[in-house]
Amino acid sequence: MIKVMIAKPGLDGHDRGAKVVARALRDAGMEVIYTGIRQTPEQIVQSAVDEDVDILGISILSGAHMKLIPRILDLLKSKGSNMPVFVGGIIPKEDAEKLKALGVAEVYGPGAPTSEIAEQVKRFVEHSST
Amino acid sequence: MNDDELNEKYKEWNRKTKEIIKKYPERGEFKTTWGEKTKRLYTPLDVKDYSRIGFPGEYPFTRGVQPTMYRGKLWTMRQYAGFGNALESNKRYKYLLEQGQSGLSVAFDLPTQIGYDSDDPHSLGEIGKVGVAIDSLSDMEILFDGIPLDKVSTSMTINSTASILLAMYMVVGEKQGVSREKLRGTIQNDILKEYIARGTYIYPPRPSMRIITNIFEFCSKEMPLWNTISISGYHIREAGADAVQEVAFTLADGIEYVKAAVEAGLNPNTFGKRLSFFFASHNDFFEEIAKFRAARRMWAKIMKEQFGVTVPSAMRLKFHTQTSGSTLTAQQPDNNITRVTLQALAAVLGGTQSLHTNSRDEALALPTEESVRIALRTQQIIAYESGVSKTVDPLAGSYYVESLTDSIEKRAFDYIDKIEKMGGMVKAIEAGYVQQEISNRAYDYQKAIESKKQIVVGVNKFTSEEEAPKSTLKIGDTAEKEQIKKLRILKKTRDNEKVTNALKRLEESAKSDENIMYPIVDAVKVYATVGEISNVMRKVFGEYKESIML
Repeated sequence: MIKVMIAKPGLDGHDRGAKVVARALRDAGMEVIYTGIRQTPEQIVQSAVDEDVDILGISILSGAHMKLIPRILDLLKSKGSNMPVFVGGIIPKEDAEKLKALGVAEVYGPGAPTSEIAEQVKRFVEHSST
Repeated sequence: MNDDELNEKYKEWNRKTKEIIKKYPERGEFKTTWGEKTKRLYTPLDVKDYSRIGFPGEYPFTRGVQPTMYRGKLWTMRQYAGFGNALESNKRYKYLLEQGQSGLSVAFDLPTQIGYDSDDPHSLGEIGKVGVAIDSLSDMEILFDGIPLDKVSTSMTINSTASILLAMYMVVGEKQGVSREKLRGTIQNDILKEYIARGTYIYPPRPSMRIITNIFEFCSKEMPLWNTISISGYHIREAGADAVQEVAFTLADGIEYVKAAVEAGLNPNTFGKRLSFFFASHNDFFEEIAKFRAARRMWAKIMKEQFGVTVPSAMRLKFHTQTSGSTLTAQQPDNNITRVTLQALAAVLGGTQSLHTNSRDEALALPTEESVRIALRTQQIIAYESGVSKTVDPLAGSYYVESLTDSIEKRAFDYIDKIEKMGGMVKAIEAGYVQQEISNRAYDYQKAIESKKQIVVGVNKFTSEEEAPKSTLKIGDTAEKEQIKKLRILKKTRDNEKVTNALKRLEESAKSDENIMYPIVDAVKVYATVGEISNVMRKVFGEYKESIML
C-alpha cells in the first residue's frame, strides 16, 4: 500500500484542498497521513522520514512556496531521502516551472481532478522505487 | 382564489404537466446545494404566512435593516487589499479611494495575523504575501499616512492579534488629531471561526474569548462607533460549508460571543448594536439571496427571544459580503468576471451593507491593479446602471425566494439547537464536530464536480485549450528584506526600558482579570512589536493545537 503524507507548511490556514486531496487519496486505497496546518519545513521532513512515507504532498496557498518548498527539498536531500514530492495550491506558472526544475514531480492548481492526482501519485511512487 | 381553489388548480396543473413530461422529460433532478428537492413550481401555497416577512427597518428585519435601504445610501464598496510593506499598501489604498471606493479594508500578512515579528523564523517566506506586514506602530503610521481617519471607515481582517492592531489604529488616529470616540470601522475579531476554518488562532478558545470580551468592554467605553466584531461565515463557507451550514455555524458563533459578553456584565441592548457579520456570496443566485434574508430574521429572533433584547437596533444583523474566492477558476479566468457579477448581485438583492468583489485572477495569484478595477466597476455598474437599487428588497414575495428563506431558517435553527445541546460552539469546535461537517460537505462537492453532477464551466465542461498566462502581480523578496531591516533598526533605536516595563505590566494584567486592552495600548505607544506583545500572552495563555479531522 502506498503511504503518502499531505503537509501544510508555513502559516497558511487554507486547508480545504489539502483535506480533499488527502481523503481522495485515502479513497483511492492509499494510507494517508495529514500533518495539519502550520508545520515548519523541518517538522515536515522529520515526520515524513520517521513515518517512512513513499511520497510527500505539499499544499500551500499563501504565496510562500518559493521559500518553503526549496527548503523542504534541501532538507529531504540532506537526510538522504529521494521520496517524490508533489505540490498543490495557488502557484503561478513560472514558479511551478522553477519548482519542477528543482525536482518537484508535479504542481496542481485549482480545478485539478483528484482522480488524476491519485493516478499520477501511483506513477510517481512506481518510478521512484525502480 | 382561496387556498382550496388554488390547491385544486395546482393539482390539475401538475397532472397536465406530468403528461407533458412523459413526452418531453426534464433535464434531471433539481436540488438545493444542501440537498433538498427543488420543486418544479412555487405558488402562494408555499408561503402561507406573509407576516413573517414584515417591513424593512422593523423586526424581524427579513426585508432589510433600514427602511430605505439603497434609496438612502448605497452599500459601501470596500475592496480587501494590502500586500508587501506599509508604503506599497498605502499607495494602493489611496488609488482605491481615488477610484471611488468608499471605505478601506486592510489585509495583513500571516505573521501579523498570528503574532510573529518579521524576523521570527516562523515568518519565513510569508512576509507581505497575503497582506501588509505590520511589526509595530511605526508601520501603522506609514500605512495610514495622508488618509484622514475621521473621513474613512476602516475594516481590518485581524483576529487573534486584533487587540494589538486596534490599539495601533487608535494611536495613529490620535496622532492625526482624531479622537478615539470618532473612529469608525470594524475589526474581524472572530476567533471561533479561526478554529473552525481559517486557522490564524494563537491561544486556546477560553483565553481568546476573554480577550474578545475585553475588547467589547474597552470599545463600549472608549470607541463607541467601532464595530467590535465581524462574525464571519465567509471562511466557513469557503472551507466547504453549504448555505445552511454557513448561516447556522455563523449565528451559533454569534450566540457564543453574546453569551460571553453578557457573562462579562455587558448589556446586549448596547453592545448588540456594535456586532456585525460577514458572509460569502456563492453561485446559486436565489439560494444566496434567501440566505441573507433568513440570517437577518434568525438573528433578530435570537437577540429578542434568547437574550431579551428590547432595542430594535441591537437586533439588526448588519453584514459585509465578499464574493466567493473558491468558486473562481484558474481555467479561462475572464469567466470569473461573470461569476463575480452574479454573486455581487445576489449580495445586493440580499441587502448587504458593504461588498467586496473578487478579482478575476485570484485563482492564479494576487490580483493586478487592472483586475481590481474591473471588480470595483462591477459593483458600480450594479449600483448605477442595473436599477436594482431603486426599491427595497425587490424579491420579497417571490414564492420561491420566500420558500427558500423559510427552509434555510428552519434547517439552520435545527443545527443551532444541536450545537446548543452539545454545550455551545466552543464545545462543538473542541469536539471537532463543526470541522467534520464542513470537511464532509467539501469532499462531497469535489466528488460532484468529478462525476460531473456539478458543472463548472471551463473546468469540467466547455473546456478549451490552455490560454497564455495573463500578467499576474508578484511580490518580490525586497519587501521582506526591507521589513526585517526596518524592524532591527526600530528595536535598537526605541526606548527599550519603556518597552520592557510595558510588557511586564501587560504580563501582570494577562494573569489577572483586568481588561487587557489598556496595557496593550500602552505597549503599542512605546513601539513594542506585535510579536513581543503576542509572546507575552503566549507565555500566560498557552497555544492552541488543532484536532486534525479528515
